[in-house]
Amino acid sequence: MDLAYSAEYEAFRAETRAFLEANRHRFPSGWGGGNRPGPELLAWQRLLIEHGYAARTIPREYGGYGAEPDVLKSRIIAEEFTRARAPSGLSGQGISMLVPTLLEVGSEEQKRQYIAPTLRGEIIWCQGYSEPGSGSDLASLQTRAVEDGHDFVINGQKIWTSTAQYADMIFCLVRTEAERAKHQGISYILFPMSTPGIEVRPLKTMTGHAEFNEVFFTDVRVPQENVVGGRGAGWFVANATLKHERGMLGDPNAAGSRLSAIIELMNTETVDGQTLMQNPVMRDRLMKLQARVLAMQFHGLRLLTASASGDDVGLARLIVKLEGCELNHQLAAFAIDVLGELGVLYEGSPHLRAHGSWQRMYMFDLGLIIGGGTAQIQKNIISERGLGLPREPKLVRA
Amino acid sequence: MEFGLSQDQKMMQDSVHRTLDRAAPLARVREAAEANAVARDVHKALADLGVTGLLIPESFGGAGLKLLDAALVSETLGRHAAPVPFIAASVMAPLALIHAGSPEQQQRVLPKLAAGETIAGVAIAESVSGTRDGAGLTASGGKLNGKALFVMDFADADLFVVADRACGLHLVEANAPGLTKTSLISIDRTRTLGEIACNNTPAEPLQNGNAAEVLSRMRDAGWVMLAADTLGAGWHMIDQAVAYAKERKQFDRVIGSFQAVKHMCAEMAAELEPCRSLVWYAAHAFDAIPADAALTAAHAKAHTSEIGRFVARTATEVHGGMGMTDLLGLHYWFKRIGLNRQLLGGPERVRHLAAAMQGFAAAS
Repeated sequence: MDLAYSAEYEAFRAETRAFLEANRHRFPSGWGGGNRPGPELLAWQRLLIEHGYAARTIPREYGGYGAEPDVLKSRIIAEEFTRARAPSGLSGQGISMLVPTLLEVGSEEQKRQYIAPTLRGEIIWCQGYSEPGSGSDLASLQTRAVEDGHDFVINGQKIWTSTAQYADMIFCLVRTEAERAKHQGISYILFPMSTPGIEVRPLKTMTGHAEFNEVFFTDVRVPQENVVGGRGAGWFVANATLKHERGMLGDPNAAGSRLSAIIELMNTETVDGQTLMQNPVMRDRLMKLQARVLAMQFHGLRLLTASASGDDVGLARLIVKLEGCELNHQLAAFAIDVLGELGVLYEGSPHLRAHGSWQRMYMFDLGLIIGGGTAQIQKNIISERGLGLPREPKLVRA
Repeated sequence: MEFGLSQDQKMMQDSVHRTLDRAAPLARVREAAEANAVARDVHKALADLGVTGLLIPESFGGAGLKLLDAALVSETLGRHAAPVPFIAASVMAPLALIHAGSPEQQQRVLPKLAAGETIAGVAIAESVSGTRDGAGLTASGGKLNGKALFVMDFADADLFVVADRACGLHLVEANAPGLTKTSLISIDRTRTLGEIACNNTPAEPLQNGNAAEVLSRMRDAGWVMLAADTLGAGWHMIDQAVAYAKERKQFDRVIGSFQAVKHMCAEMAAELEPCRSLVWYAAHAFDAIPADAALTAAHAKAHTSEIGRFVARTATEVHGGMGMTDLLGLHYWFKRIGLNRQLLGGPERVRHLAAAMQGFAAAS
């Protein structure tokens, strides 16, 4: 146990800090207006890739920086960017899910065509997995791709497709082999969202915003060569990406930031002239959550060390999505209780605090508990893969 | 940056585990618990491994290890519900002597503690969790008067480290004149608890340091040890529940194939596993990161107590009616977790102290 960084890492930290200091004037002020990253942000992303602060471990020939994977350096980058309040590199489903998948199973041509522009933020992707009838049982998906000459003709519907309304491309799971068992008949296919026959309908949620979409496919024609990882192998290709998605959810550093904001809130907001921090019941709830946040942060350090050393941590990694998303949600819920009646104000109301963001998080984060594998699916995974309990037996039809 | 255990630490923990597997099977735990007595044979086996002298400097015959090493031992003792003194005798009392004892006191006591020849109880409950039933010791002119409750590692103790009302620390011989010992019978009979009453009882002050600071350090170490014990006991209960769920059949299926049961097991594991990192960090901070030590010790204690209670009842429930029986013996761990929760302050008390440490509440 040694929480200090070695000289090599301290030097890397200093270098990162110097880079951010020297380039402070280049920090983009925001997303750039509209749905796509603006020119400032695209320029920033290019600079970050060039210096290895984004796309760090992606090979150079595909437009990345080409460094060896080093979880400690990644952590240092994240820490220093947070410290400097610098916008980190672009993320999103293309960069965090499609790119790793292509690197793992894509053809050479697919890698060359898609990875570099995706990293640079020039191609925005959306993910076509869930369907109205296929949520937790994703492998039962029904969107059909029927062979027609050199093409597939795709019909069906996807749901929960975030960013579909402005995405350039979709990576999509479709059923190509209707006669095969459900896990064996799926293919993972890429196509432009401008292809004729695609309709995107925004899906407004309880937050009042359309964070998701429904996507309808009517005779959408896609060349067969756009399949990634081979026909019928889509389920296994998709599982490679889901692994990347679950790693993104339940980040303990987000919980740490929320906790700090709540402490600030409790020290400044008053009821009858007393701060909320002076209320022993609220303080006790704060302490309970602080313990959970610390536990998850230290748990993160443990997983980080294990990734670097290749140590087996048993089920420790499987619990992060379940515990992390739940904790983030509990923090938002607590902040609302701290605010009391002020906590229910929303959408530009007088007396509104923090732009109503606690309520928005409280509602939106319930979606994160459900999405990316529901809490119940996570518990199945923990109990089956982590504890070795048997799977639920399949119903035998009479 | 390395947040994990060294090879040596893993090997040490494993050797304690194997020793207890051999020396303290359920039958031995039961025998000791029924008598509410220290299992001297188990204590001897652990002393031979160096467990009793773990934190004591090598110059006094100990191993000179750190609190993280002690936490790994405590976790393993909890996992086995080991009926032996440890947290007071081998962690808190040695710390008191190391940090507040005179060289003469250290030379006289530490080697015997290290060898396990002397057992030291610790009476600091009043200074940490507050006074109940009129307890409290007053020191004057080398004499102690009053009483102390919830003395840890009470049975077979040859001497006690006690705190008085003014947070002074003292060493008291168990056979000192005017000392009356009364056993307290707790739910957990794998460890012993007692009350000492002093009537002009001669005591040696431990005054070679800032006693209040040393008392806080003893408290922090005690918190981490209790949390680690609950971590080990809790994981034992989860392992038992999972094993039972893989075996027990109802409705022609093993009950572990029902999601209702699987999810109980998953929730226990998901809630308890992060406590391990919290305990590790708090234990490491005790020796290496002074600024974080007290706060993370408090959180480790309070949080692991909360999760421990959830695990103890849920693991029992997974066993159905069998979980309630004496025959199965699961209750030894249930009760161990129950005692750990209240010793040195229940979660609410400890969280109040955690808030006070950060300036969020007035200290009391």
